[in-house]
Amino acid sequence: MAVAARETRSGPAPLDVDRIKKDFPILERKIRGKRLVYLDNAATSQKPRQVLDALNDYYEQHNANIHRSPHLLGEEATQMWEDSRARVARFVGAPDASNIIFNRGTTESLNLIAYGWGRKFLREGDEILISELEHHSNIVPWQLAARDTGAKLVYIPVTDGGLLDTDALATLLSERTKLVSVSGMSNVLGTVPPIRQIVEAAHAVGALVSVDGAQLVAHAPGHKMLGPTASGGLYAKRELLEAMDPFIGGGEMISEVRPDMSTWNEVPWKFEGGTMNIAQEIGLSAACDYLDALGMDNVRAHEEELTAYAIERLLDAGVRLFGPTDVRERGAEVSFWFKDIHPHDLATILDQEGVAIRAGHHCAQILMRRLEVPATARASFYIYNDRDDVDALVGALGRAAELFRS
Amino acid sequence: MALEDLYKEVILDHYKNPRNKRPMPDAELTCSRNNPLCGDEILVSAHVENGAVADVAFQGQGCSISQSSASMLTEAVKGKSVSDAEQLAADFRGMMSGDVEPDEDEFGDLVALKGVVKYPIRIKCAVLAWDVLQEALSGAGEAAASAPHA
Repeated sequence: MAVAARETRSGPAPLDVDRIKKDFPILERKIRGKRLVYLDNAATSQKPRQVLDALNDYYEQHNANIHRSPHLLGEEATQMWEDSRARVARFVGAPDASNIIFNRGTTESLNLIAYGWGRKFLREGDEILISELEHHSNIVPWQLAARDTGAKLVYIPVTDGGLLDTDALATLLSERTKLVSVSGMSNVLGTVPPIRQIVEAAHAVGALVSVDGAQLVAHAPGHKMLGPTASGGLYAKRELLEAMDPFIGGGEMISEVRPDMSTWNEVPWKFEGGTMNIAQEIGLSAACDYLDALGMDNVRAHEEELTAYAIERLLDAGVRLFGPTDVRERGAEVSFWFKDIHPHDLATILDQEGVAIRAGHHCAQILMRRLEVPATARASFYIYNDRDDVDALVGALGRAAELFRS
Repeated sequence: MALEDLYKEVILDHYKNPRNKRPMPDAELTCSRNNPLCGDEILVSAHVENGAVADVAFQGQGCSISQSSASMLTEAVKGKSVSDAEQLAADFRGMMSGDVEPDEDEFGDLVALKGVVKYPIRIKCAVLAWDVLQEALSGAGEAAASAPHA
């Protein structure tokens, strides 16, 4: 395991980005003859050799199905799977491994809650609070749950500055509120809502809280934090997991199956039906090792520094920036418009320069309507990005302006 | 391929100065669609008289490719018979899949969009308006059938 952060006695240590870059084979790829400047980390991060090695080691040495196969490989694979669960639990600070349900990630987790908890406990007249910041994965499952139960979906507004309106939240909360489900970090604006404050306010009226952590703590477990795609999961309180219905019915999630009814396996296996994403979660465990070796405080400090630099350079270049400008209120991503160039055109032009960004509505059409734009361009940063990458982005904007004569 | 071949002057001109971009409140044929991938939206309105496209306009928002394609579409199909307009839509789609070599007389400005073929992810943008047109025109027969006899 490479430890690429320089140790210092106090405060966060700067990341050794040159050394980190060497851990990511894909960063050696040339894109149309140019250096790859990967700024689409909010969609998915690149994977370090340590994670790729963990995947290979699993498939080459231990591949078997888990919790069912009575042979040595089955035993090893099961052990690695459960060790990964314990590793991820430690990474997110969960009290116990059984608080972690493995699945394909945040979208599946939110659907799991909407089915397993929402369909079972929501009643007509109940309210689910979500915000205008949300990704579609924290909107659509609740629309479906509301339709099936008669509960009402209520939106917490976003301020003009791109922050979650906590004053409005206070007036929206009532004894009808059964759940507040909010983004831990906006995938468009990078806004980081005050989760602790939201949890306290929600609990005060007896509501539960669900946090979409896809972008958080990079940020949060899964394929956006160096883990393989389709890795990730749900961290939840054990008593809630026990009260909830299962989500995916199938093999290994049962205790006993009879002709007309079944009983469920214990938590967390009650929620892991069918052959699971075994290799991916083992890879995610390796990603936790990698990030902990860097130190998450150092990762955060690096992201803040780079985001502040990016905001400064982009504003100088004349972009219209969306979301908070204070880096303490946002994560390592910036959404913007550049002159009159549509984000999709911008992304195509930047791609020719080796600069990979995202363009579109980012699965957040409610927020796009709030911002009164059809789409934004988004650059998102991670541990292997540095000021050179930001400079490459700004340089490529110049090329776009030239092409569009803007 | 150079970017200049994608973002040709004529495309940028249609993007910045779209033709026939206006509401047509009394149009009997109207259809709209969006491209959920990028949020592009196109609404096409047409007025058909004696089996020909007497007037056509569009509204919408999106990238230079989707908007210029819509703008060029309105110029290309105005005055054409419904069946010729449908044929052009089919030919345009053929050009986008690389199967049809565009006829410059038939295509006019639309030839400029040929460069999009080299950017597979953007083909949907170019084709969007044409999908909308075809859907709108598919109602032409019904509109004529239900129209009161003169």
